[in-house]
Amino acid sequence: MEYISLSYASLGIAVLFIISAMAVSFRYRLGLEKDLAVGAVRAFVQLTAIGYVLQLLFVSERWYYVVGMLVIMLAAAIKNAVARQSVTLKGMFTTLGISIFVGSALTTAVVIGIILRVKPWYSPRYLIPLAGSILGNSMTGAALALNRLRSDITHRKPEVEAALALGATSRQAVMPMIRDALKSAMLPSISSLMVVGIVHLPGMMAGQIIAGAYPVDAVKYQLMVVYMIAAAVAITSMMVVYLATSLFFTPDHMLKAEALGST
Amino acid sequence: MAKIEFLNVTKTRSIDGEMRNVLDDVSVAVEKGTILAIGGPSGAGKSTMLRLANRLESATSGRVLLDGVDISTIDPIRLRRKVGMVFQLPSLFPLTVQENLTYGPGLRGVEPSSLEAKVREMLDMVDLPDLSPGRLAGELSVGQQQRVAIARTLMNEPEVLLMDEPTSALDPATAKSVLELVCDIRCRYGITVLFVSHSLEHSKLVGDRFLLIVDGRVIEESDIEAFFLGPSTELGRKFLAGELK
Ligand SMILES: Nc1ncnc2c1ncn2[C@@H]1O[C@H](COP(=O)(O)OP(=O)(O)O)[C@@H](O)[C@H]1O
Ligand SMILES: [Mg+2]
Repeated sequence: MEYISLSYASLGIAVLFIISAMAVSFRYRLGLEKDLAVGAVRAFVQLTAIGYVLQLLFVSERWYYVVGMLVIMLAAAIKNAVARQSVTLKGMFTTLGISIFVGSALTTAVVIGIILRVKPWYSPRYLIPLAGSILGNSMTGAALALNRLRSDITHRKPEVEAALALGATSRQAVMPMIRDALKSAMLPSISSLMVVGIVHLPGMMAGQIIAGAYPVDAVKYQLMVVYMIAAAVAITSMMVVYLATSLFFTPDHMLKAEALGST
Repeated sequence: MAKIEFLNVTKTRSIDGEMRNVLDDVSVAVEKGTILAIGGPSGAGKSTMLRLANRLESATSGRVLLDGVDISTIDPIRLRRKVGMVFQLPSLFPLTVQENLTYGPGLRGVEPSSLEAKVREMLDMVDLPDLSPGRLAGELSVGQQQRVAIARTLMNEPEVLLMDEPTSALDPATAKSVLELVCDIRCRYGITVLFVSHSLEHSKLVGDRFLLIVDGRVIEESDIEAFFLGPSTELGRKFLAGELK
């Protein structure tokens, strides 16, 4: 099957969409015209650039180019997860970095090596989009888990200290908060399991179908994708909450005052 | 049970960006089985003093001794079982009364089901003989919650009890009954108690001895009667007259 290749001229017509959005903004004086214009240009530049980079990767088929690209994606994911923290503490970069790396590397390895048996393993056609999707979800899960854990420990400090005063280790003392943080990190990927196919067709599946894949094949891929995302998020957020204990406590099971602010 | 001693304890904290001694060269010894009432204006360092005694925080310099042993050499988990703490707010876990009481022993692997008799005994002790252990802690009145919090701490069979304004969130009548409870506990178990209160009346009711701290420094330490009959310092007289806030 062939798919309709999109020319830049035809793409130009799609700019009308942006212009109509700008018209809405103008009509209701939302002041979003400039943001829309900047956003449209940024999206164009960023996507075009990444398009050329991917093209290069696909043509060269060198494992070190592909791995280099993955490292850049990983760094961006970690940076983004750190930036999403409402309070930044020493050690957050390491905690999020290790967790996102381990969670996504494990999941990606299973998908590429065991489920799809891609040969060669670094084939960018598979590795880049799958790892990208896993990294994106790991990043969101990690950021969510850490934010939630920190804010819960801050708000429930009396309960945490009561547990410590009864002889709980720091991990025992924050176990209820750990469980809540894990739940809030994992719920989005679970609810997407529930609604996938009903509420929306995921982008990757839509793309495959347009590119000419049989819908049933595309569905199998998509199933693998939602399952792997659930696992990646679970592993990543579990690592986050376990590593994060040392951000908030000293080795002697004392709450670090500077980690939570004064009360 | 146990004697607890502060030796030249100083605690430095960064407050609004500058380092301040919130405790400054504090030395005091509390003999086994006595109740030391600790008073002083708000911000004097009373809570900090208690938090150093079970290592919720660490001293900047100086030592705290438990029966002569420097507590910084004791595993904090073991120390905190021996030196229990009750806070101003009950801070119960959002669980049942039973689960709150068995939490401490449960941490060291004691089966909750083997503790039923002990839970009953402790609820009797804190004057809640009719309370069903299956009730959710959040459903109780603050006074009941504070008693449950005390019972929860006693489940660990501590040798020292640190009480940080345990009565200040309670209405006067409930506060009185909790004060009586503190005396009962000392008589029954011989526990050493450090009792912080901003109420002179409460201090007078429970204390054997009185410690006054102002701005992190020990101003007087004396027999409770002696202090209330006539403080030996100018600051003590001012405090008793209610002129220090
Ligand atoms: N977690 C904290 N962070 C920063 N400063 C604190 C903290 N807790 C207490 N302080 C400060 O330390 C000093 C002593 O506080 P505290 O021991 O709580 O006094 P008290 O219990 O006598 O009212 C006060 O100046 C208080 O503002
Ligand atoms: Mg206080």
